[in-house]
Amino acid sequence: MLPRSQILLLASLILAGVVSAFSGNMDTYFLDVAMGVGISVVLASSLNLINGFTGQFSLGHAGFMAVGAYTSAMITTTLGPKFGWSQLGLQWVLFPASLLVGGLLSALAGLAVGAPSLRLKGDYLAIVTLGFGEIIKVVLQNVEAVGGARGLVAVPGHTNLFWTFGTAALTVYVVWALMNSTYGRGFLAVADDEVAAEAMGLNTTRYKIIAFAVGSFFAGIAGGLYAHLKGYLNPTGFDFNKSIEIVIMVILGGMGKHVGVIVAAVVLTAVQEPLRQLGDWRMILYALILILLMILRPQGLFVWPLWTKKTT
Amino acid sequence: MKNLTSPRRVFLAALAAAALVGCKPSENSAPAAGGGGDTSGDIIVGEFASLTGTEAAFGQSSHKGTQLAFEQVNAAGGALGRKFKHLVEDTQSKAGESATIARKFVSRDKVVAVLGEVASGRSLEAAPVCQQFGVPMISPSSTNPKVTEIGDFIFRVCFIDPFQGKLISEFATKTLKAKKVAILSDVSSAYSVGLAQYFRESFVASGGQIVIEQKYSNKDKDFKAQLTAIKAAGVDGILVPGYYNEVGLIVKQARELGVMVPMFGGDGWEAQELIQIAGGEALQNTYYSTHFSPANKAPEAQSFVDAFKARFNGETPDAMAALGYDSARALVEAIKKAGTTEGKKLKEELAAIDFVGATGRTKLDAKRDAAKPAVIITTEGGKFKFLQSIEP
Repeated sequence: MLPRSQILLLASLILAGVVSAFSGNMDTYFLDVAMGVGISVVLASSLNLINGFTGQFSLGHAGFMAVGAYTSAMITTTLGPKFGWSQLGLQWVLFPASLLVGGLLSALAGLAVGAPSLRLKGDYLAIVTLGFGEIIKVVLQNVEAVGGARGLVAVPGHTNLFWTFGTAALTVYVVWALMNSTYGRGFLAVADDEVAAEAMGLNTTRYKIIAFAVGSFFAGIAGGLYAHLKGYLNPTGFDFNKSIEIVIMVILGGMGKHVGVIVAAVVLTAVQEPLRQLGDWRMILYALILILLMILRPQGLFVWPLWTKKTT
Repeated sequence: MKNLTSPRRVFLAALAAAALVGCKPSENSAPAAGGGGDTSGDIIVGEFASLTGTEAAFGQSSHKGTQLAFEQVNAAGGALGRKFKHLVEDTQSKAGESATIARKFVSRDKVVAVLGEVASGRSLEAAPVCQQFGVPMISPSSTNPKVTEIGDFIFRVCFIDPFQGKLISEFATKTLKAKKVAILSDVSSAYSVGLAQYFRESFVASGGQIVIEQKYSNKDKDFKAQLTAIKAAGVDGILVPGYYNEVGLIVKQARELGVMVPMFGGDGWEAQELIQIAGGEALQNTYYSTHFSPANKAPEAQSFVDAFKARFNGETPDAMAALGYDSARALVEAIKKAGTTEGKKLKEELAAIDFVGATGRTKLDAKRDAAKPAVIITTEGGKFKFLQSIEP
């Protein structure tokens, strides 16, 4: 018999596949929002590994997302037509492969940024990752081969419900499984007290780098999904604000909480759509919701017990 | 092979099976039949605009134009015996919103056509969706050539950057007699990079010299480093093909540094905010090209200016408002001619459109771009002033 977590993962993958097979009847707006939600879950869960569980403060998640997005989009737009993948019906091989390459390159970028800077603590890492995100954006704006400031056009729309929810399920599973392994104990030890962890003989830098690389890997995959969902990439879409959006999901969900972060990612992405009817009031209300949540649930959306009596 | 049924192997095998099941290409729902084939009820039109965010001044202006146009048309009885219902969504000047909005318009609101956007980057994002679902999209003022290259359902009612770059270059050489020019462009904006490139090509071809090129980024506040370098290079003109926010600061800081040479740019300058940011004095000896001037004496332009002032508390319309107005007018004309709101017919009528609007005669070429006159505006005593008109 399989462990329960793996059964859950399999069940969600199959569910994603089945739902995806019937998605032909769903309207395109609903699909767009649903896939946006899936991508947010991937982004928030992967950042949760870095910011929540391991206690590092990264502000460059959108940068890693951009690396994955541009890599996979370049692969499908250049290799796709060249070898006639679409005529052969093989885009369903090329697309996941491109996602994987995008994720790996993003993880590599994570290593390159993390290896020197994760020796630093706290605020310094935040500044380095913030800088990294901006550098990626500016580089993309200046490389004519990927469209520069005009953006990358005509990315094929390969992303569907299966890939987004499948990736989301896999991300959640990997983060969950990691946290329940010896690595997870290491991550938590680093988050709780770095000095104590080091005194116990843990190579804290190594643990931080692993968490960072895994987190960036999934951010890269999320980027690939985003690219093939929107069909158009613009460097300004991966700016500082995008990173902050993901950080907000993690903080609202409760740093280092699996379910809370997923729910926050779903809610914060989906809630923007019904708010559209409010027109100009939309962003004011969205901000108000954030403020209220921060006042009422500073420990995160789903932290048990849900309501605690104040004992002052 | 003892462990053939170990949980791990079962898991991996099942994972592979699940992936295969899910891999089946589930194509996005087949394009609806051109959307909006309804023959009763209101004619629904969706507009996406940057009502908030960095380019809010443009989006608001453009939106006022479309609003006025639909109000006028509805007051005159609408088209095909039906009224227009005008939906608006805000892109927040942000990437990633436009495609979602376009999908909402197409599938939820069942619009017959989409209007938008000012910025080329966001038009490029929504255009593939409109093309895929066969819903005509008219951009009021995206000047990057790539926009209408997306497909035959994408139109625009403004001129494109190659034309604008050429006319700015002609203005610089002929009127300003500039020979050595500096370019200070916004690397984060498709519009700015494109316009700089077309200006450069045309200016160099006509014997001019680009002495120095400097760059900045959206939302930058301090341009003294670039301007000092430009000052040291000794030029007789500076091209700043950016948006009003940064342009205002650039002009102000240039004058503070004692750079008094003429500065010029494109339609991205066009906003009252420019004067507020830079101040009237700094804007002496600056010029920009744009689509429309309220000083234009053509009857269509004057009736638009009067109607706009009456509707919006005496506010003088700018080029974005005029183009927004014309984009809506173009759509209404095409619907009247087509006699239906069906996407394919509408597309054909739009391609053949020829009418005189607020910004002059609007006629589209084979690439669905408008070839129309441009005007050069300068600033005098803290007010924009019409200088000259240039025919295509």
